Amino acid sequence: MTIEAKYGVPTVAVHTDKFDKVVRSVADVNGMPGLAQVFVPQPIMGKTPGELRAYVDGTDPTTGRSVMQEVIEGLTLPRDGARARVEYDRSTPRLVEADTEEHLHRVFLERNWTDHLPIVLPTEARVAAMLAGTRRKPDEVVGRMRSTHFREYWEYTVEKVAVNAVMAGARPDYFPVILALAATGVTARGSSSSAVAAMAVVNGPIRHEVGMNAGTGAMGPYSHANATIGRAYGLLSQNGQGGSVPGLSYMGNQGNSYAYNSVTFAENEERSPWAPFHVQHGRSAGDSAVSVFSGVRSTAFTLGLREKHWREHVGHLLRGMDPHGPPVLLLDPIAARQFVDRGGFAKKDALIDWLHDTARMKAGEYWDYQLIQNYIYPRATFGEEPWASKLKAAPDEEIPMFRREDIHVIVVGGETNGYWRIMGCNYQKTEPVDAWR
Amino acid sequence: MSTLTVLDPTGYPPKIAAKALAPRLDTLNGRTVYLVDCRFDDSDIFLAQMQAWFAEHMPSVKTVLKRISSVYLVDDPKTWEEIKARGHAAILGVGH
Repeated sequence: MTIEAKYGVPTVAVHTDKFDKVVRSVADVNGMPGLAQVFVPQPIMGKTPGELRAYVDGTDPTTGRSVMQEVIEGLTLPRDGARARVEYDRSTPRLVEADTEEHLHRVFLERNWTDHLPIVLPTEARVAAMLAGTRRKPDEVVGRMRSTHFREYWEYTVEKVAVNAVMAGARPDYFPVILALAATGVTARGSSSSAVAAMAVVNGPIRHEVGMNAGTGAMGPYSHANATIGRAYGLLSQNGQGGSVPGLSYMGNQGNSYAYNSVTFAENEERSPWAPFHVQHGRSAGDSAVSVFSGVRSTAFTLGLREKHWREHVGHLLRGMDPHGPPVLLLDPIAARQFVDRGGFAKKDALIDWLHDTARMKAGEYWDYQLIQNYIYPRATFGEEPWASKLKAAPDEEIPMFRREDIHVIVVGGETNGYWRIMGCNYQKTEPVDAWR
Repeated sequence: MSTLTVLDPTGYPPKIAAKALAPRLDTLNGRTVYLVDCRFDDSDIFLAQMQAWFAEHMPSVKTVLKRISSVYLVDDPKTWEEIKARGHAAILGVGH
């Protein structure tokens, strides 16, 4: 779109057919509904040159017309919508048209405003009660989100966040945590075809004040606060950003059940041998804060650390991760103390150093990963470090799979055993909760 | 039956600024068309096939296969400037 609108070069964009609705929608909201777009079958990945030549020689699956005829016409024939610059507003109403409870539930489902589980209808009284959970004004803008890089940002107010918090079944005393999540601007409804979810980790006194669970079952459906705060984050994301609809604004190929409550839990600070996560990220221990992670997809797990081969076992887990999804270790306190006992990692930084050094693979294998080819290799060739240096490694040379700063460790669990897991995901930011009380 | 008044949960969309498209070419004959590889999946292989198609069917069109400088998430003014200076049209692919 940039090259067409900003540089004045007639352009045709070629996409795979699974993305026809989403890319047409993106062109619309970017003010270019007449953008020339041609579609070929999905997938491109892994096809032989001969198979891809058949795509070129073939037809656009969305129109049935010749691909190359559409390409040539896209560059040479006048386009619909090639009009002069105009601007127009869009808006959303404050209220939904009054109706019966049953019909309103149906309306919310039909408009894709829910996660397809029953919701609490956000009546004015319920929203007012939620708003009592903060001193912030209802019309204050909290933040903005978008589902993907190419979409436009939508913004939301304190009241809009309250509406979604009510829908999720949250209590007013949870509201500052939900507002802090909203203020991160990190969507829990990313539209990546890799089917991502978010993860939210709460630290500080607010955990106990609102009854969050950091112990047994913390990551499961066993805490009203954990469950509804995370659900509110998801609902706010999909509604605040203007939608998360499969085929239109959500393209996750398999979906991701972590998205139901965005893996929301409290860190077990009291049983951790190390400093709390939010303290590592610039907050005081007495502060309350929430930290968000994006791109939550992969999980590896094991039980404890065996005396003889624990290093090898952890190394295998790390090498089992896709190198584009850096490891975030979620350690039950038993496992955390085993890392201290077995490895002498008195500080979390020492453990992260070791993980970074242990997670290695041959350079040839690393660069051949599809996601590394898609997202890292281009940056390496552009000269970005540390990847540019990694490119100099011989194919058989062992190189780190992850950047050290992308590796994190969090302690959670109730010590019913020393099971622990690795989530492949990306730390985004830590937002103070106290500012939203 | 009694009715309820409830609040709309959706955020506020930005204003849309419609943008004019570039003027189209009267012909591709004798023109330079950039085939721009967005470096996702195997786009380069696909665009090489499209380049071969032009060589076979429209040999008067000069094609240049050009990779963007980094990932598709990053704007690439250097490449866009080159295309504007040396080319007449662009084909970008492959979006997913």
